[in-house]
Amino acid sequence: MPFVDIAEVDLVYQGGVDGTLALENASLRVEKGEFISVVGPSGCGKSTLLKLVSGLNLATRGSVIVAGRKVAGPLSIVGMAFQNPIMLPWRTTIDNVLLPLEIVEPHASRFRAARSHYRKRAHEILSIVGLDGFADHYPWQLSGGMQQRTSLCRALIHEPELLLLDEPFGALDAFTREELWVVLQDLWLKQKFTVILVTHDLTEAVYLADTVHVCSKRPGRIVTSQPVKLPRPRDIYAPEFVSLVRSLKDHIVEVRAA
Amino acid sequence: MTSNRLESALPWLFVLGLLAIWQLGCAAFSIPAFVLPTPTLIAVSLQQHIGPIIEHSWVTLARTLAGFAIAVMLGVALGLAIGSFRFVYRGLYPVLVGFNSIPKVAVVPVFVIWFGIGTIPAVLTAFLVSFFPIAVNVATGLATIEPELLDVMRALGASKRKILMKIGLPRSMPYFFASLKVAITLAFVGTIISETVASNSGIGYLMMAATANFDTPLVFAGLIVIAVMGIVMYALFAMIEQRMTFWAKRGEGLMA
Repeated sequence: MPFVDIAEVDLVYQGGVDGTLALENASLRVEKGEFISVVGPSGCGKSTLLKLVSGLNLATRGSVIVAGRKVAGPLSIVGMAFQNPIMLPWRTTIDNVLLPLEIVEPHASRFRAARSHYRKRAHEILSIVGLDGFADHYPWQLSGGMQQRTSLCRALIHEPELLLLDEPFGALDAFTREELWVVLQDLWLKQKFTVILVTHDLTEAVYLADTVHVCSKRPGRIVTSQPVKLPRPRDIYAPEFVSLVRSLKDHIVEVRAA
Repeated sequence: MTSNRLESALPWLFVLGLLAIWQLGCAAFSIPAFVLPTPTLIAVSLQQHIGPIIEHSWVTLARTLAGFAIAVMLGVALGLAIGSFRFVYRGLYPVLVGFNSIPKVAVVPVFVIWFGIGTIPAVLTAFLVSFFPIAVNVATGLATIEPELLDVMRALGASKRKILMKIGLPRSMPYFFASLKVAITLAFVGTIISETVASNSGIGYLMMAATANFDTPLVFAGLIVIAVMGIVMYALFAMIEQRMTFWAKRGEGLMA
């Protein structure tokens, strides 16, 4: 049984005459521990898929099952990061990372008592992404890439089983972006959570994912699923890699024209 | 003189310059003292009446702070309610806007009918004039929380109360403290309005009494005392703001 099972889902956003049909008959399966990415033309409902899985939006029709249970509301086994790192400016880096632990049970109720334990954990994860020296800095003292690393740490601090990423590296320069791919991949290889990465960067999708799913234009559904069998770490200049990216790109061009 | 010291001396230089122009202007155009007294005359009057002035100032200050304290409590509560609940925003906000556009001087007579003259109408007027910016600012702080941040919090299963405590309150603090600076000066306006109409104590009353005696220098002395109290309170709240929300202010803004 897949860890995430989206089956024949429609989703209508309220508003307008009869709402906007964002997803139509969309189906997607993700195995436990799998790293998948969803690519597609902009406005195709990729982000909506994430909101379905996290329980922030409920399907108008069809079913969404995560970890064996039908999604009926927000799931605390989920960690999220977005294109905008949205740090809390009044908190230091480490306190930003600790935020989920102040909310998610069972951590929230013992947070005060076990504060030093949790701080140690936050320091560990910050040092994995190379930010340990910046734990007591405020967000405005960090670069965009550092803020995005912090955002990743915050998404992972409560050890979620499912990580949802919505174009998390979209606003970064090429060097930082590629650096963070490696950081994310290392974290994933170490902790083996399940990842759904929404992106419009095909190189990013092919570099990171076990399977790349292509989304049609609105109303969105998954039209192609492309497994990526290349061994990790992948070389983005290898001919196999380049040809895979090219074939996906051709697919998306077709989808947009359709 | 370093540029830093020059900058801290600037307000005083401005004031001195203004006073000099004032003094010279009065002399040059031989303006009578009961129309516009010179700064020196005002200073003399201030010194002659220093006892009563201090006494009445304390009364005014106490009333202002009492009204302001109520305004802070109710303003924050209202702001939180407006910013957190759609039905309060829809229902109450238009009413508040309408209420705020009523000139407060028009409400003082009503207070006098209800409570008689003196402290209560003054405190109430100070409160009425100053609570609105506080409520609006706190509500704005809550309304401008990034939607992604709300998604993160909701996805983690945070309750509305928890989102308010962890995000909403700290997020609206810069707005709150900015509004305090405005509100405290408005509170003085409210107190003085009420005192000029319905009181037999306070700086507002003192100025009305002086007007009745054509003692224009004393009226101006009263104005100066009010301005000084306003500046001192403003500076106090600006300092508290600086302490509490240093994270919200990173640069010099346009003045850099």
